[in-house]
Amino acid sequence: MDLQSQAAIARLAQTHGAENLVVLLGAPDPESAEIAAETVVLGDPACAGALAETQLGLDVYHILEDELRATLPVDIYDEQVGVMVDVLDTAELTAAVAGMRSKAPPP
Amino acid sequence: MLNGKKVIALGERDGVSGPAIAACAEAAGAEVVFTATECFV
Repeated sequence: MDLQSQAAIARLAQTHGAENLVVLLGAPDPESAEIAAETVVLGDPACAGALAETQLGLDVYHILEDELRATLPVDIYDEQVGVMVDVLDTAELTAAVAGMRSKAPPP
Repeated sequence: MLNGKKVIALGERDGVSGPAIAACAEAAGAEVVFTATECFV
């Protein structure tokens, strides 16, 4: 995750409280989805950004996850995400992000 | 799930963009507080 995004997320967690934030990812592959999820749950694995050694434990989902998708208006989802549902591997992306979500530290 | 929450929309260039994610979140009643579309290398 780039350094500017990390800095913004750190600032938002301070401003709004980590418990009020939800991170939604649009990563195209499980590797990048897992790294992004890890960064907002356990801290930056590269130890380079504002979230290094910062366990925010944010709630994080991939936009393709069925659990999330079921809560979004179908027409908007089809318009905005559309064909990516067929192009990307939903199962692997879900497993990558859900796996990291399960490692969140207790609140 | 998102209604009343503050959402960080972190898209990627080769996947789903930040603005597309933000549009979905807003339609579900969330407040989008940050949007970005990154390029993972």
